[in-house]
Amino acid sequence: MAYVAIADRDVHPHDPQTFFTRYIWSQDHKVIAIQYSLTAILVGLVALVLSGMMRLQLGFPNSFSFIDPSNYLQFVTMHGMIMVIYLLTALFLGGFGNYLIPLMVGARDMVFPYLNMLSYWVYLLAVIVLMVGFFVPGGPTGAGWTLYPPQAILPGTAGAGGGIILMLVSLGIFIVAFTMGGLNYVTTVLQARCRGMTFMRMPLSVWGIFMATVLGLLAFPALLVSAIMMTLDSTLGTSFFMPALVSMGEPLDYKGGSPVLFQHLFWFFGHPEVYIVALPAFGIVSDLLSVHARKNIFGYRMMVWAILAIGGLSFVVWAHHMYVSGMDPYFGFFFATTTLIIAVPTAIKVYNWVLTLWHGDIHLRTPMLFAIGFIFTFIHGGLTGLFLGNVTVDLPLSDTYFVVAHFHMVMGVSPILVVFGAIYHWYPKITGRMLNETLGKVHFWLTFLGVYAVYLPMHYLGILGVPRRYFAMGDTNFIPESAQSLNASITVSALIVGVVQVVFIFNLVWSLFKGPKAGPNPWGATTLEWQTPDTPPSHGNWGPHLPVVYRWAYDYSVPGAKQDFIPQNQPGDPALTAGRDHGIKG
Amino acid sequence: MSISGLFLLVVAAIIGWWLFARQLTAKPWEQKQSEADDQYGGGASLALGPARAGLWLFLGVITAFFGLFMSAYRMRMMVPDWSPLAEPSLLWLNTVMLILSSAAFQWTRGAADHGDAGRVKAGLGAAGLFALAFLAGQLLAWQQLNASGQYLTSNPAIAFFYLLTGLHGLHLLGGLSVWGRTTARMWRGGSPLGDIRLSVELCTVYWHYLLLVWLALFGLLLIT
Repeated sequence: MAYVAIADRDVHPHDPQTFFTRYIWSQDHKVIAIQYSLTAILVGLVALVLSGMMRLQLGFPNSFSFIDPSNYLQFVTMHGMIMVIYLLTALFLGGFGNYLIPLMVGARDMVFPYLNMLSYWVYLLAVIVLMVGFFVPGGPTGAGWTLYPPQAILPGTAGAGGGIILMLVSLGIFIVAFTMGGLNYVTTVLQARCRGMTFMRMPLSVWGIFMATVLGLLAFPALLVSAIMMTLDSTLGTSFFMPALVSMGEPLDYKGGSPVLFQHLFWFFGHPEVYIVALPAFGIVSDLLSVHARKNIFGYRMMVWAILAIGGLSFVVWAHHMYVSGMDPYFGFFFATTTLIIAVPTAIKVYNWVLTLWHGDIHLRTPMLFAIGFIFTFIHGGLTGLFLGNVTVDLPLSDTYFVVAHFHMVMGVSPILVVFGAIYHWYPKITGRMLNETLGKVHFWLTFLGVYAVYLPMHYLGILGVPRRYFAMGDTNFIPESAQSLNASITVSALIVGVVQVVFIFNLVWSLFKGPKAGPNPWGATTLEWQTPDTPPSHGNWGPHLPVVYRWAYDYSVPGAKQDFIPQNQPGDPALTAGRDHGIKG
Repeated sequence: MSISGLFLLVVAAIIGWWLFARQLTAKPWEQKQSEADDQYGGGASLALGPARAGLWLFLGVITAFFGLFMSAYRMRMMVPDWSPLAEPSLLWLNTVMLILSSAAFQWTRGAADHGDAGRVKAGLGAAGLFALAFLAGQLLAWQQLNASGQYLTSNPAIAFFYLLTGLHGLHLLGGLSVWGRTTARMWRGGSPLGDIRLSVELCTVYWHYLLLVWLALFGLLLIT
């Protein structure tokens, strides 16, 4: 392919002129990334408040008049759905994916900038439709974030009239937005890398986001299919999922539908969704560890292969979410096996992160603290996943707080720690100013210790048999009094962790004006986004000429080199590269 | 789920093969590999422009979408209340219309390659007309079913029929909007045929693809 064609095409094909085209209707991937991120964080704060309300009820039952059983379940539902889809998926792919992909692979922008802009506005529409649910009569749906029929659309469930429809429509809109963005991310990685940027020279952040997007493009259709069919069941009275049933003594018109069919479709999306959130976190944390340990990532190729293997395997484990729905034992055996197999590439990644730290020149700056914190929480969440992957262990634990503790550790806390680490890491590039380190450390330690105070006791509650999803425990013999004290303690910890996030938000806003100016490359990183001519990067990213890449992304502490890092776009020097061949191995 | 599983296996195999060809096993930190990597010129990894690559990826997404519907159809069939649908014979005529539309696009693409503006106009017109005829036929089939008392809620096979034909029709409508823009540009004149050619080519690929989807859906309806 002729390389010149891309490099010397007009540098600013759609140079923005006015405030509106620059910051609102922007086609610049960096502005779109910030729009995505701010929207996601804002809606995430709503979900955080909802979790606080749930904890208030659980810690101090029936002390608050504004929480009744119906809206407790509404809080559960909206908290889960917002956190998983509207916060984490949107933030990792729409936010970090948008910001990092073009900069890291050396492109001027996404390949379809207009579609990219549209993606954000459609996402915003999805968020608005979701939020409207809070204001319609009956409120948002209280069906649980998995929206299982038949209960999701029956009158007994909160929001069965309007809330559930708004939820399904909002999900549909979100999927349209994601598809527009996702096609962009994948095509950009495939078709717009700069000269010298071969696949195996890409930073692991790009690999993680790339694979997660591929998973999303193949998995979200399953959610769309189930949302469409459920909408028809709910509004037009078809019986795709709804079995014949009697409600309040009256037989309904539904007949013969299969609720388990919904569960298959939902989890065919739902399990890859875990990795849509996890793979970008894996990629980003690899880069954070490598930069702040001043050492090449251990086993780069193995890391790439593990990302691909996890992506492939994530499509054949979905039914481990359905052990309690009843299934052929051989079926369960198959899914237990695949679930345990997926632990192998995941464990490889954990070993490689730890080995990257081994003998590294570790700088315990805030992003690094979050990255190391992630290793802890992820190992904990991952190990309990091995418990739950086994059918016989899952059955008694499935409806208890053990599961809540497991998935919050592995796909709640862990990715969020990476999100924080990544924001502390890239904020200087995005804004040109450093975040305050002291506030950052306060934020880290209180958050990290706080989440342990929240989720470790939940494992214990789960093993006691305390059921999840319940508004109140009532009088039960097998639950000791002390369980309630533990619940109160969890609630206090959770509220503290929630309030601590104010420190983070304050830091973000305050540093924007008062933070010390950051140079173009404050961490001494090798990857291309730190080598832009302007900080923050201007429209078109690279000035008149695209960068040319001469090395992989992890040339840290190369023996004989003048600095402890060599940027990817620095031409080869025989003296350096000779040292490289004999010095470090990946 | 078996169809989706198979589809995903195929996708995984293609990605795996393709990445393998891209030397997924390369050791980028070694001097020799680094020299080889320096030769990579950047830009398209697939021998397609961004627009073509984007379209093919999109077709992959739609395949997952319809594949999952077909899986759901087969899983729903296992429930005892299933009763097969007697397809209106009009569908055969509609199928012919869609094939003609697809063929007309193929012909237009040839004309665009030869730079024959007159034939491009004629071809675009014919392709659009056949596609509209297909959609009208589908609506008529819906009406026939409705008139014979087979409603959306009558039984699951009929519900699936309305749903699948409706969604396929929506995808075709999306294609028609691009067709409309291309045709308008062609009739307004002014834009060089080279620009039109890419639009015609993308439409053609999309039309052939939707024809394939329709044949698969129609086949599924016929054998069940």
